[in-house]
Amino acid sequence: MSVPGVEQNASWRRLSARMLLVHPVRELGQSIPALIGLVVAGRAMGDGQMWWLAPLAVVVVVGLSVLRWVTTTYRITPEQVQLRTGLLQRKMISTPADRVRTVHVTASALHRVLGLAKVEIGTGSHESGSGLSLDSLGVAEAAGLRAELLHRSAVASSDRPGSVTSLDTGAGAVDMPGGAALGAVPVAEAAAPDQDTELARMDPRWVRFAPFTMSGVLGAAAILGIGSRLLDQAGVSVSDVGPLKVGLDYVRRTPIWLDVLQGLVGLVAFVTVLSIGGYALSYWGFRLTRHPGGSLHITRGLLTTRATSIEERRLRGVELAEPLLLRVVHAARLSGITTGLKSKGGADGGSSMLLPPAPGAVAREVAAQILRDQAPVDVPLIAHGPAARRRRFMRALLASLFLIVAAGVAIWAGASLWVALAAVATVPVAVMLAVDRYRSLGHAIAGDFLVTRAGSLYRRRDVLERDGIIGWNVRQTFFQRRAGLATLTATTAAGRQQYAVRDVPLPVALSLADRALPGLLDDFLAAPGRPI
Amino acid sequence: MQLRDPAHLVSPRAIAYWTVRAVPLWILVLAGELLWWWGSREHTGLHVALLALTVLFAAAHLIVMPRWRYRVHRWEVTPTAVYTQSGWLIQERRIAPLSRVQTVDTERGPLEQLFRLANVTVTTASAAGPLRIYGLDRATAEGMVAELTEVTSHSQGDAT
Repeated sequence: MSVPGVEQNASWRRLSARMLLVHPVRELGQSIPALIGLVVAGRAMGDGQMWWLAPLAVVVVVGLSVLRWVTTTYRITPEQVQLRTGLLQRKMISTPADRVRTVHVTASALHRVLGLAKVEIGTGSHESGSGLSLDSLGVAEAAGLRAELLHRSAVASSDRPGSVTSLDTGAGAVDMPGGAALGAVPVAEAAAPDQDTELARMDPRWVRFAPFTMSGVLGAAAILGIGSRLLDQAGVSVSDVGPLKVGLDYVRRTPIWLDVLQGLVGLVAFVTVLSIGGYALSYWGFRLTRHPGGSLHITRGLLTTRATSIEERRLRGVELAEPLLLRVVHAARLSGITTGLKSKGGADGGSSMLLPPAPGAVAREVAAQILRDQAPVDVPLIAHGPAARRRRFMRALLASLFLIVAAGVAIWAGASLWVALAAVATVPVAVMLAVDRYRSLGHAIAGDFLVTRAGSLYRRRDVLERDGIIGWNVRQTFFQRRAGLATLTATTAAGRQQYAVRDVPLPVALSLADRALPGLLDDFLAAPGRPI
Repeated sequence: MQLRDPAHLVSPRAIAYWTVRAVPLWILVLAGELLWWWGSREHTGLHVALLALTVLFAAAHLIVMPRWRYRVHRWEVTPTAVYTQSGWLIQERRIAPLSRVQTVDTERGPLEQLFRLANVTVTTASAAGPLRIYGLDRATAEGMVAELTEVTSHSQGDAT
């Protein structure tokens, strides 16, 4: 199958010249603290003689980005994607076109004003810096490039032997809200992008879940941190800032409980506003669609828009995350277990995100559609039994006991008796935690998938394709052996690399492993009745 | 349903190797305590008790741990899978099908060379599941690597 447009594309191309407007602005923004420092230093060092330092810095920054534009070129040949950068140290990155696993198209507000987008091409290598980043191209060019690269890698991979396609079979059994009959469309003819099936679309009401995520807290911490650092750097004492000074005076005049109450209310309001803002910024206009060629597409973002694609043959399952706070409001998040994406960190750390915090029912329905199987999402999980429950209680109460002993020591050393009360108060919390942790614990095999769930504060239901499991670790601590329990870990090349079934009775663990990957354990099973 | 132990024990020299490997840590702890005693020059009884306790723990650890490990550490290679067992307080059994094995390495650290030992690492496409066999006789390790390389070179696909 020939790929159209390749011949014309084989020459070296430049990034869009409009990037010259983007880079200086952004880099100036990034270097504002340094510039302030320069100005302050210049003022301190002499009677205004160093005034030219700041303008010089501006010129250098602008000059560097012009240089970057001149020296950066890329080209796409039928076999390779190549990027050349650098003036003194020339660097060329080449990637085989059929190794391209992800193409992200990102456009910040500035990019969007100028009609630009940044294209990041991921090859799924675990080495950092192995991906190609084209910053920036025109929007149309970026979209075309993305379609071209993804389409080509899909074509190249479909006739590669040994690639697992079981996720792609049985299409059409699930009914789509978009109404399109997906399974009826043969893959080869269905490459037109307008035949995407919509799996999920953000409902503005979902924003109500934002305060129940940690994003607001983290955002508040970041803002307070940066704010105090800026004040510090500018040499301003907190109590000198006008509004803060008024606030501090007010705090001194009023009783302490009122301060604490007002502080808490203020903090909650601050965090709520931040988290809602963050949710809207990240997920506004979120859309999850399935391309008939076998990939999932995600577009999202209010100011900065992002478009991400995940090839379905690299998708080995999903993680349904229900942290405690989200569970309170019946919400859940969904992410994909994919091979070839960096498992943690990096700019695309969230790239396997499949659904932002959304109503639990929606999350489950979308998960079932992605997996093309309702069973792994709905199947009742098998509980791990009384020994596992005892272990949950033991661990939670041991933590409480430790706190109580610590409080005792502190009181002996002269601390207030309130410490003891606080320590004792952790006992009911520990009990509740243990109850919930045991209730969350469970596993099942549903069709082609291994399902495991654990956790309370951060509860997660992992659905992993059995075909994607590449080995078993059976781990027993001293206490687990005494309780007859084991932690069975399925290792995989996708997602977190390992998915554990915790504290399950050893025989159950083994029969689970045997059912998930029939035959592998046969050689190593003890003859029945023979003690080990 | 029960797993049996893997067929092969590691080399008996591994007991000495594990003992020697654990010694520096205890020397460090003892040195720290002696330094503290020398620095404070008070509470002689307390310091002596602490030292005695440490020596006791060190002796128990150095005697029990290697022998316990020797009884646990086992391995087996079949035509279809690798099966290892390791640990002492925390024990772990790992099974990986040979069709998913990506690399087989053997390594000899300076201390291992002293005891004529080698370890073998079998990695799969998962970052979580390398199978490590410590304390193998050198000849055994080399034979095993040769065998594994032979078997895995026949398997197809990218082992993910």
